[in-house]
Amino acid sequence: MTAPDVTLAIATTGLSKRFGAVVAVDAVDLAVPTGARYGFLGPNGSGKTTTLRMLLGLVFASAGSIEVLGQPMPRQSRSVLAQVGALVEGPAAYGHLCGRANLELMDAAGPGAPRRTRRARIAAALERVGLDAVGRRPVKAYSLGMRQRLGLAAALLRAPRLLILDEPTNGLDPQGIHEVRELLLELNYGGTTIFLSSHLLAEVEALCTTVGVVDRGRLVVQDELAALRRLTGNVVVGTPDAERALALLDGRLAHREADRIWVQADDPARLNAELVAAGVRVADLRAERRSLEDVVLAVTTHGSDRIAGGTRIAGSTR
Amino acid sequence: MILVELRKLIRRPRTWLTIGLLTALPTIVAIFLATTKVAPRPGEGPAFLSAVLANGALYPAAALGIVLPIFLPVAVAVIAGDSVAGEASAGTLRYLVCRPVGRTRLLVAKLVSIIVFVLLAVVVVAGVGYLVGTQLFGSGPLSSTSGTSLSTTQATLRTMLAVGYVGFSMLGVAAVAMFLSTVTDSALGAALGALALLVTSQVLVLLDAAASVRPYLPTRYWLAFVDLFRDPVLWRDVGRGFALQAVYVAMFLAAAWANFATKDVAS
Repeated sequence: MTAPDVTLAIATTGLSKRFGAVVAVDAVDLAVPTGARYGFLGPNGSGKTTTLRMLLGLVFASAGSIEVLGQPMPRQSRSVLAQVGALVEGPAAYGHLCGRANLELMDAAGPGAPRRTRRARIAAALERVGLDAVGRRPVKAYSLGMRQRLGLAAALLRAPRLLILDEPTNGLDPQGIHEVRELLLELNYGGTTIFLSSHLLAEVEALCTTVGVVDRGRLVVQDELAALRRLTGNVVVGTPDAERALALLDGRLAHREADRIWVQADDPARLNAELVAAGVRVADLRAERRSLEDVVLAVTTHGSDRIAGGTRIAGSTR
Repeated sequence: MILVELRKLIRRPRTWLTIGLLTALPTIVAIFLATTKVAPRPGEGPAFLSAVLANGALYPAAALGIVLPIFLPVAVAVIAGDSVAGEASAGTLRYLVCRPVGRTRLLVAKLVSIIVFVLLAVVVVAGVGYLVGTQLFGSGPLSSTSGTSLSTTQATLRTMLAVGYVGFSMLGVAAVAMFLSTVTDSALGAALGALALLVTSQVLVLLDAAASVRPYLPTRYWLAFVDLFRDPVLWRDVGRGFALQAVYVAMFLAAAWANFATKDVAS
């Protein structure tokens, strides 16, 4: 075997999973760069969770290969997974035990977790997720947000090199979502690669550097967020003198909503100069970028939870 | 991992509740017997009950005879049926597997924890039986079921053998329930499946028309522990029971392993 490709934290080739006649995941080639914050997007039922479960050795692939941290999965799962923290489809814990006892049991269950540092690591993980003052309360008395935090703490226990998180902010309030985002950024700056699946576009847009979009089992987009959010070639101008601007920009106008106009222009600075020179007052002006939502809607169909036969309401892509 | 499973076992209130209930039944029976002095006629009702009025030291064996047909296997089926399916329905199974805990290792740890539970339950039942028996009936001269007298050491030894045999008899149930537990995500389903097999077996054992399959039924030799109190000890059925249970255990554990090691954890 040649030296493992350490520039990719996760690499799959032709990864597929069939459940009977249903193809849940179809020839997915994931490439998650080491050190990235990778957002894995897709409608409900598109194969996100199945893919994630295959990465973690929970579900066995029907075809294709997986390398995690440079080693083949699931063959090397014992050494690979000891360096991976995971949150899969919601947190889970033994309800009759307190959070700390749950973490102790989980930590003791697998390799790579020295007993003498256990107490300190649990305390640090609980503090990181904001549960350090929770006391001896049994987990069954936790709120959904607290359980989610406990699940995150379990994923962080062994300072993993790679975090695989399924909907990590599920059940959290806006304050909690912000805290988790800050925590993930901090971990990422410390060198942890983050792979998170979500259907919250705003969350991925705010956090991730790289985005993969899966639709009906196929990976339809995989690129850096900055490249996906390219310029649309339009400049959005807010002006109280919309009528005068329209007259001036005859033919270059793309769209108008009240005193906001979309102008086809490559250079916002020159457009601004032109408008101001003609006496049009400009309140604000910016080059328009494609939103992640536009990108995702353009390449995906609706989720499997929608049963109606009709087509999706047409998006307002300008 | 084995230590982790044992910690889970002893920290779970259900474990102690089950053992408490298991000891409660023979205790209740003993209280009725001691207050009314109405013993079942020899040869009727649970084994040894007619003899314990004369001698409380035989009550551990009687207590085992009381819980053996239904109560003990139900408890074992519930605990073993919960072993994998319970983790699956709680969602903790996926975290154990990607922790990572090897799947074989996990099954072995679950099995050890079930064995510990069974032994604990049987020992506690016998121990409480001894206390209750000697307190309520007093200890008189010991005699075997064949009528000859037994020394205290002999009686203790035979009771310990009986405890071991009853415990081992339960492992067949445990193996079946554990196998079903890897098949379904419903702990209740796995326990009920194992119990269905037991009830079927117990019905067929009594059915003369099913005499041809009788020697292979899992419950056929359960009550053979009574033979340990004969003089001399009648080893034939005990030996067969032991061998039969071993076959059931090996078969269903192999099936459980084969199923679980290749199964998608989708819960």
